[in-house]
Amino acid sequence: MTKRKLLALAISALLLPAAGSAMAQAKGKISGDVVKVAVLTDMSGVYSDLGGKGSVLAAEMAIEDFKAQFKPKFKIELVSADHQNKADVGSNKVREWYDTQGVDMVTDVLNSGVAIAVAKVTTEKNKIMLNTGAASTRLTNEDCAPNNVVHYVYDTYALANGPGKAVTKQGKDTWFFLTADYAFGHSLEKDTMEAVKANGGKVLGAVRHPLNASDFSSFLLQAQASKAKVIGLANAGGDTINSIKAANEFGITKGQTLVGLLTTVVDIHALGLQTTQGMMFTEGFYWNLNKETREFSRRFFSKHKKMPNMLPAGTYSAVMHYLKAVQATGTDDTAAVMKQMKATPINDPFAKGGRIREDGRMIHDMYLVEVKKPAESKEPWDYYHVKQVIPGDQAFQPMSASRCAAVAKK
Amino acid sequence: MTEIFGVPIQALFGQLMLGLVNGSFYAVLSLGLAVIFGMLNIINFAHGALYMTGAMLAWIGLEYLGIGYWWMLVLAPICVGIIGIAIERLMLQWLYKLDHLYGLLLTFGLALMIEGLFRDLYGVAGQPYSIPEELSGAFNLGFMFLPKYRAWVVVASLSVCLATWYLIEKTRLGAYLRAATENPKLTQAFGINVPLMVMLTYGFGVGLAGFAGVLAAPATQIGPLMGSNLIIIVFAVVVIGGMGSILGSVVTGLGLGIIEGMTKVFWPEASATVVFMIMAVVLMIRPAGLFGREK
Repeated sequence: MTKRKLLALAISALLLPAAGSAMAQAKGKISGDVVKVAVLTDMSGVYSDLGGKGSVLAAEMAIEDFKAQFKPKFKIELVSADHQNKADVGSNKVREWYDTQGVDMVTDVLNSGVAIAVAKVTTEKNKIMLNTGAASTRLTNEDCAPNNVVHYVYDTYALANGPGKAVTKQGKDTWFFLTADYAFGHSLEKDTMEAVKANGGKVLGAVRHPLNASDFSSFLLQAQASKAKVIGLANAGGDTINSIKAANEFGITKGQTLVGLLTTVVDIHALGLQTTQGMMFTEGFYWNLNKETREFSRRFFSKHKKMPNMLPAGTYSAVMHYLKAVQATGTDDTAAVMKQMKATPINDPFAKGGRIREDGRMIHDMYLVEVKKPAESKEPWDYYHVKQVIPGDQAFQPMSASRCAAVAKK
Repeated sequence: MTEIFGVPIQALFGQLMLGLVNGSFYAVLSLGLAVIFGMLNIINFAHGALYMTGAMLAWIGLEYLGIGYWWMLVLAPICVGIIGIAIERLMLQWLYKLDHLYGLLLTFGLALMIEGLFRDLYGVAGQPYSIPEELSGAFNLGFMFLPKYRAWVVVASLSVCLATWYLIEKTRLGAYLRAATENPKLTQAFGINVPLMVMLTYGFGVGLAGFAGVLAAPATQIGPLMGSNLIIIVFAVVVIGGMGSILGSVVTGLGLGIIEGMTKVFWPEASATVVFMIMAVVLMIRPAGLFGREK
């Protein structure tokens, strides 16, 4: 290199920061000069309609909105990957992201099995995971990592508690469960059974079906024979959809009430109102709640052709909250950003007055909804009557019941 | 009430009936596989994807063209059959001389591509498809509440199985087909167009899968994954019945449907595995399958 070139380089290096002094400030504290957000989700499997591309889009929208609103001095990048619902694929990908690509925060992470594995890598590498997809309460109890992991949207406790209480109190006090035979199903079944019993109900039995069963009529006939007033579906995605469909065909819904414990607006859309009318369950978000949710959801719809359920809506909120914390602290340092996120209330289309508790649980209102009759629905995707707003401090497991070792020691 | 092993006998009859319904799907699907394997020596892994295509076509027909269930019951299998013929002419026909493995890999790849295509177009949550007006409602059999549609599934599947058996075992065309399987060169020497027969057989075999798909459309959620959930069980059915045996696949399909139904009552967690346990036992005792012939 000639001396003249070297000189030119040195001068330009000196001049660049002068172009924006604020930029120079941020530069020192943000690793690699870039804030890198990653969406890890199921892009092609059974849960891909819950999160999947919708979550990636929500993260993109959050970044766009954040840039427009705050004009940040740092660069933001988004990456995404398909974990194929495999814990090893997910944790390897995340390890690669942290080690070689400078990713600061990973979000969505639906599927509890994958989420627990990814949470371990995240803690080991001291990064941040804002889980908006997985349901297991283990993430804030046995496997909690309050300095790195936030359980943002919902969990099995919240899903179980709403209908477990409300439906039982309506006098529908005998329950029978159809449970997906793996960790998530068992956890959902257990949490709901406890809620039912706590409210004076009785559990008459349960039948455990294999994941992705091809036919549910046998199991439903057993549920019918139990004469329980309520059949709780402790399963998700395609299994829930097929259970509901078969229950209708066999006339079970005429005498017994179906409660889909993890059902979202996407499942209702796939089944149609004719089949699902009258069902009750807990949701973390509904697009048609107020002006703000409608405005956000319509924008989302115009790009995705589907209304957002609580997963993309939560992902939007999580990415936004994270970026705001980075902006406020001027760094992407994990401890500082986590501290800022926990100190700031969350107010956006997804959550009003939300807060992140010391064990990593994000506390916000949940909604007990009932599916409308076809005649009551005024427009496409107009599916729910919101029966009850469950305040955050009642919706989630109280701190007194926490099994999180890191928090209990304090 | 009379009970068997703690289960009321009425509930047991209900489960038997349901087993028969599920067995009907297994029977039609494994029949198609058996016909294809018998005539072409191809292990058709794309069968599940084509079954799903049949169901998707039924939905597409109704959604975009306003064609109802009954027409699609005829049209969708024909479309799937044509797709099958294209696959056979363009790809499969080059593989007959090679090891079975090549056909298996090709069809498996095709299955992934077809599923991927529909997943990309419509997502995985699936599409609603309601039961045709004429068949909604149910029969009260005393011991159970049997939806008319499920009864129709049994009748339609069994008729198709019977017709297929008759076509292959009792007609002149069937005789040509069997001859072409036994000794293709000699059959061709008699002036019979063997490649044409093989092509039509593949088209017919996958057409059966398309037919099963339309039958399944109102009973389960139509989605890209519906075929892959079912196809592994159907393969087990074919192996148990004996590769290439028509009667074997029908009888085994129905039988296993019933056994699976019973398992769902007494040991629900094992209902996904019971078929494979039976397969293992059968392979140990009769490696050619229950109805297969040792070669």
